[in-house]
Amino acid sequence: MNTTTADYTREVPVVVGRPNASEIEAVIAAPLDQFPPRGWWIAFSVTLSMLTLGACCIGVSVYKGLGVWGVNQPVGWGFDIVNFVFWIGIGHAGTLISAILFLMRQRWRTGIARFAEAMTIFAVICAGIFPLLHTGRPWLPLYLTPYPNQHGLWINFTSPLVWDVFAVSTYFTVSLVFWYLGLIPDLATLRDRTTSKVKKTLYAAFSLGWRHSHRHWHHYERAYLILAGFATPLVLSVHTIVSFDFAVSVIPGWHTTIFPPYFVAGAVFSGFAMVQNVLVVVRRIFNLTHIITLDHLEKMNKVMILTGSMVGYAYGMEFFMAWYSGNQFEQFVFLNRALGPYAWAYWTMVSCNVIFPQLFWIKKVRRSIPMMFAIGILVNVGMWFERFVIVVTSLHRDFLPSSWGMYVPTFYDVGILVGSFGLFFTLILIFIRTLPVVSISEVKAVVEGAQPHHD
Amino acid sequence: MTKGPLYAITALFDTPDAVMHAAGETAKVFTHYDVNTPYPLHGMDHAMRLRPSRMGFFALAFGLLGTVSAVGLMTWVTLVEYPMVIGGKPFWSWPAFVPIAFELTVLLASVLSVVAMIVIYFKFPNNRHPLHDTMYMRRVSSDMFGVYVKAEDPAFDEQKVRGHFARLGATQIDAVYFIVPEETERPKIFEPKFLGVLAVTAIVAMGATYVTYNKLLYMVPFNWMSDQAKLKAQKPSDLFGNGIGMRPPVEGTVARGFLPYPFKGKPDDAGKYLLNPLLPTAAVLERGKSKFLTYCSPCHGNFGSGDSRLAGQFPSPPTLHSDKVRNWPDGNLYHVITEGQNVMPSYATQISREDRWAIVHYVRVLERAHNAKESDLR
Repeated sequence: MNTTTADYTREVPVVVGRPNASEIEAVIAAPLDQFPPRGWWIAFSVTLSMLTLGACCIGVSVYKGLGVWGVNQPVGWGFDIVNFVFWIGIGHAGTLISAILFLMRQRWRTGIARFAEAMTIFAVICAGIFPLLHTGRPWLPLYLTPYPNQHGLWINFTSPLVWDVFAVSTYFTVSLVFWYLGLIPDLATLRDRTTSKVKKTLYAAFSLGWRHSHRHWHHYERAYLILAGFATPLVLSVHTIVSFDFAVSVIPGWHTTIFPPYFVAGAVFSGFAMVQNVLVVVRRIFNLTHIITLDHLEKMNKVMILTGSMVGYAYGMEFFMAWYSGNQFEQFVFLNRALGPYAWAYWTMVSCNVIFPQLFWIKKVRRSIPMMFAIGILVNVGMWFERFVIVVTSLHRDFLPSSWGMYVPTFYDVGILVGSFGLFFTLILIFIRTLPVVSISEVKAVVEGAQPHHD
Repeated sequence: MTKGPLYAITALFDTPDAVMHAAGETAKVFTHYDVNTPYPLHGMDHAMRLRPSRMGFFALAFGLLGTVSAVGLMTWVTLVEYPMVIGGKPFWSWPAFVPIAFELTVLLASVLSVVAMIVIYFKFPNNRHPLHDTMYMRRVSSDMFGVYVKAEDPAFDEQKVRGHFARLGATQIDAVYFIVPEETERPKIFEPKFLGVLAVTAIVAMGATYVTYNKLLYMVPFNWMSDQAKLKAQKPSDLFGNGIGMRPPVEGTVARGFLPYPFKGKPDDAGKYLLNPLLPTAAVLERGKSKFLTYCSPCHGNFGSGDSRLAGQFPSPPTLHSDKVRNWPDGNLYHVITEGQNVMPSYATQISREDRWAIVHYVRVLERAHNAKESDLR
């Protein structure tokens, strides 16, 4: 493929070469039919160990109570909320790729959409753990929902924390339905190609009896479009509502109207970094380099420059507003962020999120796998620190100097964070061995010559 | 399983162009036909002359249902069922309802639309369709494109359909038959295996429910913090010498506003230094009357004449209308109620200080009434 010509009007071919339908199917379905290789088992044992560590730390936190965490007065929100916002943000890239790019008719999304949607679901599962633990009684989640009860009590519908419950659960459900809807034709294809009786039964049950009928495709495509149309405002609403948890309070450093767009941009930024990182690995292991092409990765890196710059703008604007508002508490919080005891976290965040992604302006960096992988990791580190900076530095020194304090995470805080990464990657490893990581039917449809010539 | 009557004649095509052409030609002749392709083909809706999908109306209806139910629930809760003042805002604070109303709109519109599509349009789940497990289905699932005409079509004739497909350039033409279950096959729900699974499930569910409600909920940490590392009042403890968990106040501790009675055993001083702090208002007298009738009348009689039914059985309770009592200052009367006298016990623990003074007022009223002067009658 000629990559030197700078013809940006030309649409990038979605798939390199011209594989026929059965070849596409074979390469995508290959991991499902083979016994996992040794590398997979090593990775799986690592992630499962991380998950086990997290599960043990959660067990101790539940049994002994939240006193084992580092949260205190005045820093009542610690790693739990930091991790929650981080993971929800990771999920946003999936919906953006699958829904927003679908509406914008970006055909290059087909290679990565399925994987990104799966990551959305897994990231929201990871995110959901944290607020639940944060309540202190994670076995009573029903109390978060409005239901008639003999106490005569109802939830406070005007609280952003309640909106969060609705937003996150809706987001999870809709993402799951969207993902499953896309999987149905692929499951039917797998049903018809497998030779194993057990797998056939499972695929038949979950494909619901899909027959690739055009009378069905007709409604299916419309439903997919409608779902994409709903998922688009939904994904924007979710991180907006998450940012309301902060913005609606009166704490200096949180009480700003820039939070909703700033959070959404940051979420897309970190999500794309995570998707890019994982896809770089997956395309190599499963020989999918002609379906998940370098062009796709380059496009994701371009999105990262855009959202990274938006985040950088937000950092600058926060400082400007602190000065321009004339509010001494607001001014102090931002000076304290940059120069106070957590300055190391602040500057980690700024360099990882604003400075390093700017390297993507250089085309060679954008198309270099090791470079983009390294920057993707840095972006995720930076975005995690962004949430840490927002949560901790705003709380640890607010209005009254007499109630200032410091936040130091404990072993259990770190253990649960590690466990959430373990859960995420364990789910991904299971996913890549059990379901097609690339949408078979969508890729077949975008190969050259797959559509009839209308002449 | 046996072969039943003919379901359809199927034809496979190699290229999207060929199937597009075949679909258009088939649509001209037949009505009960369908096209199966591994992925949706652009323009096929037009070739098959399908009406636009009505999924949008489903989404609109379910979305509105979501909005209305969310706003309705929040309105009812905040206005009727559980009105709660939050930050001085109005009970029906609509901007705060926007996020939840939006989320429920999206939730119901997306999920129910998909469910409706699958159930109403696709009639899924259905894995017993005659096309399943045929060579035709295996090919259209993978890399070929198919058209079939059902036997129920009014214009159906097996030879005619085969000829039609052959003319269109089909690479393979097959007949697909209905599947008829064997008559000897029993319904699957009576299979012992299934019944066994059902029984095991029931036992496990019952056991889990029992353990949850009778054991788990009494274990740490699920027991509502009823076990805590602290001493409760009335509980013993080895920590203190006397083995009592709670700590009594140190000797000489006085509750705020409750200095001890300073005239113990000194009725004359009480009469001399104590003054009734209450004014003889109607409310105070009513209070005094009520307390007098409760505590004093059983011995002294309803009117204080010492004529209760105890008279004669014990040392008779004295009348309160004697000159001695009438000439006592208020403080002396208060002292007697507080400390007791002769057989009469102390009422300090039963009657509050205020009520004692109210009783004193009422006794004065009784005395005055008992010895009314000419002027009082006027």
